[in-house]
Amino acid sequence: MVSETITITNPTGLHMRPAGLFASTMGKFKSNVTIKGNGKEINGKSPMAIMAGGIGTGTEVEIVVEGEDEQEALKEAIDLIKSGLGE
Amino acid sequence: MLTGVNASDGIGIGKAVVAIEPDLTYKATAHNDPEAERARYQKALDDFCARTQEQADRMAVTVGEEEAQIMAGHIMMAQDPFMMEEVGNRIDSGMGAEQAVDEACEMFSGMFESMEDALMRERAADVKDIRLGLLANLLGKQVVDLSSLQKDSIVVIHDLTPSMTATIDKDHVVGIITETGGRTSHSAIIARALEIPAVLSVENALQKITQGDTCVVDGTKGEITLNPDATALKGYQKIADEVAEAKAALNVFKGKETVTGDGEKRLLVANIGTPEEAINAAEHDAEGVGLFRSEFLFMDASELPSENEQFVAYQKVALRMKDKPVIIRTLDVGGDKEIPYLGLTKEENPFMGNRAVRYCLINADKYKVQLRALLRASAFGDVKIMVPLVTCVEEIRAVKKLVEECKEELRAEGTDFNENIEVGTMMETPAASLIADDLAAECDFFSIGTNDLIGYTMCVDRGNDSVAYLYSVYNPAVLRSIQRIIKAGNDANIMVGMCGEAAADPLLIPLLISFGLDEFSVSAPSILRTRKIISEWKKADADKLAAEIMELKTAAEVKAKLASVVK
Repeated sequence: MVSETITITNPTGLHMRPAGLFASTMGKFKSNVTIKGNGKEINGKSPMAIMAGGIGTGTEVEIVVEGEDEQEALKEAIDLIKSGLGE
Repeated sequence: MLTGVNASDGIGIGKAVVAIEPDLTYKATAHNDPEAERARYQKALDDFCARTQEQADRMAVTVGEEEAQIMAGHIMMAQDPFMMEEVGNRIDSGMGAEQAVDEACEMFSGMFESMEDALMRERAADVKDIRLGLLANLLGKQVVDLSSLQKDSIVVIHDLTPSMTATIDKDHVVGIITETGGRTSHSAIIARALEIPAVLSVENALQKITQGDTCVVDGTKGEITLNPDATALKGYQKIADEVAEAKAALNVFKGKETVTGDGEKRLLVANIGTPEEAINAAEHDAEGVGLFRSEFLFMDASELPSENEQFVAYQKVALRMKDKPVIIRTLDVGGDKEIPYLGLTKEENPFMGNRAVRYCLINADKYKVQLRALLRASAFGDVKIMVPLVTCVEEIRAVKKLVEECKEELRAEGTDFNENIEVGTMMETPAASLIADDLAAECDFFSIGTNDLIGYTMCVDRGNDSVAYLYSVYNPAVLRSIQRIIKAGNDANIMVGMCGEAAADPLLIPLLISFGLDEFSVSAPSILRTRKIISEWKKADADKLAAEIMELKTAAEVKAKLASVVK
C-alpha cells in the first residue's frame, strides 16, 4: 500500500467533470484507489462517490492505493490533481 | 389564469400537448437467476447509454456544448462502478432488476439532495433522469419523446428532465409549462437557451390543462391564459408579435460590442446578487459584472461565512465571467439590511449610522476574512474590490491598508492572488462627490451608486410616500453631482461606472454619454436594450442635449425635455 497527501487546488473542487476525469483515469489501473478527505473514505474509481464526497477546492486529501500497479497509479493520481484536473 | 415562475421571456400561443409520463410502476418480484437478471440490467444500461449519446450529440448542435456535456455526464453516472455495484449486489440478493435500479438510484439522489452545494444538489435531478431511462427500458416502455410534435405546440409536463429537453424541437414548441422548477433549474436554463417562453412551477397544471387547450404562455410575467375568446386571442397575438419583433430588433445587438453612435467603446456589464445570477448575466451578453452584491452570503447564513465559503462564491463568478471584469462590493451591512449575528446595535437613524465601510473598518477582523477571500478569487479572473458608502479619504486609505496586510499574509502562505487587484469607490454620498478629485487620486475606479446618491443628496427616504416625489435622478442637484464625479474620474484617468437602474434609463443615457461615463452596469434583461440606446447617440448630439439640460432648474423640466427628445 502506498499513499500521499495533497491539497485539491482546481477551482471547482471534485465536481462532475474533475471527478469523472479522476475516476476514469484511475479506472485504467488494477489497484484499488481510495480518497480520504472530509472525514470520508471514497472509492477513487467512482465519479458518483467522488462527487458525493463534496470535496471542495482547498481541501487536503490522502490518496491511498493498494495493488500490483500501486506505484504508477499513485503517481498518475498526484500528477492529475497537481495539473488541476482538466480545469 | 394560471400563474407560475417566469422562467423564459416571451409570449407563446399554441395548443397544449399534455405529456403523460409512462407508468413505471413494477411488481417487486423475487427471482433465482441472478445471471439473467444481470443481463437484463446490462441490456437496459447499454440501450440507455446509446440513446443518451445520441441526445448529447444532437444537443451539442441545438443547445450548446456545455449542456451536451451534462447529458454525456449521465452516461458516466449510469456506468459508475459504485452505482453498478449497488445494483448488482441487490440483484445477487434475489431482487428484480427494476427494484434494484430503483433503490440504487434513490440512494444516490438522496445523497446528492442532502449536499450543501447547490450545483451538486442539481445532480439529484440527473440521477432521477437516469432512473426513468433505465426503468423504462427494463419495462419496455417509451420515455416521453418531444422530438416530433405538431407546429405551435405548448408542452405541459410535470417535470422537464434534461433528457426530455434534449429532444425538444424548437421549431415546433412555442411554450413550456411545468409543475416544478425555478428560474435557475435545468429546464429554465434550457428554455432560455432555446428562447422558448416558459412558465414553471404551475400548481396542478396537468389537471387544469387539457390536451388541445389553446394556451397563451407569458414567460415574462409568469402567466398562462387558457382558451381565450377570439377577441382576447387576437389581442394576445398582437402583443406576442410585438414582443417577438422587439426581441428580434434587440437580438441584432447580441454578441456585438457596445459602442456609441460615433463608434466609441463603452463597457456594458451586469448587476448580480448571487453567483447563479452570473449565468443569467452571461446569457444576456454581459461584458462582465459591474456590481456583485456580496450581502446574500451574509443574509442567508446563521453565522459569519468562512473565508472558504466566501472564496468559493466569488471564484464561481470569476470563473463564469472568464477574464471579464467582476466588481464585487464588500459587505454593505446596516441601513435597511439587518444581519442578526453581526451584533449591530439598534440605532436611532441607521442610514446615517454604523453601516457599510464604517462597520467593516471597526470590525477589521471580520472584514479581512472577506478581503482575503476576494484576493484569493482574484487568481481566477479579473476581480475588483469596491468599497461602499465612502465619505472621506481616510476610509479608502484604511481599506487599502487592510488589503495590503491580507496580501502580505497570502504571500507568506504561498497562496496565489492578483498583485495588482483594483480597489475602487462606490460613489453614493454627497461627501464623496464633493471630494471626488481626492478620492480619484486614491483609488483605481469609481462606480456611481445612484440609489443612495439620490437618497442622500435629496435627503429623502424613497419608501416614505409623503416625500417620495423628491426621489428622482432628474433633480439638477443629482445630475450635477453625477457630472462632477464622472469628470473627476476622467481627469484622473480612472474608469467611472454607474451601477443602479439609472444606467439603463433611456432618458439618462445621452447625458451619461456626454458626461463621459465609461461603464454601464444594469440588470441582465436590460443589457441588449441599453446597448441599442447607447449605439443611437453620437457624442456631439449628446453634448448639445446635455448643455441644454444642465441649464434647466427643475426635475420636471429636465424630465419633460429629455422625454421630448428621446424616442
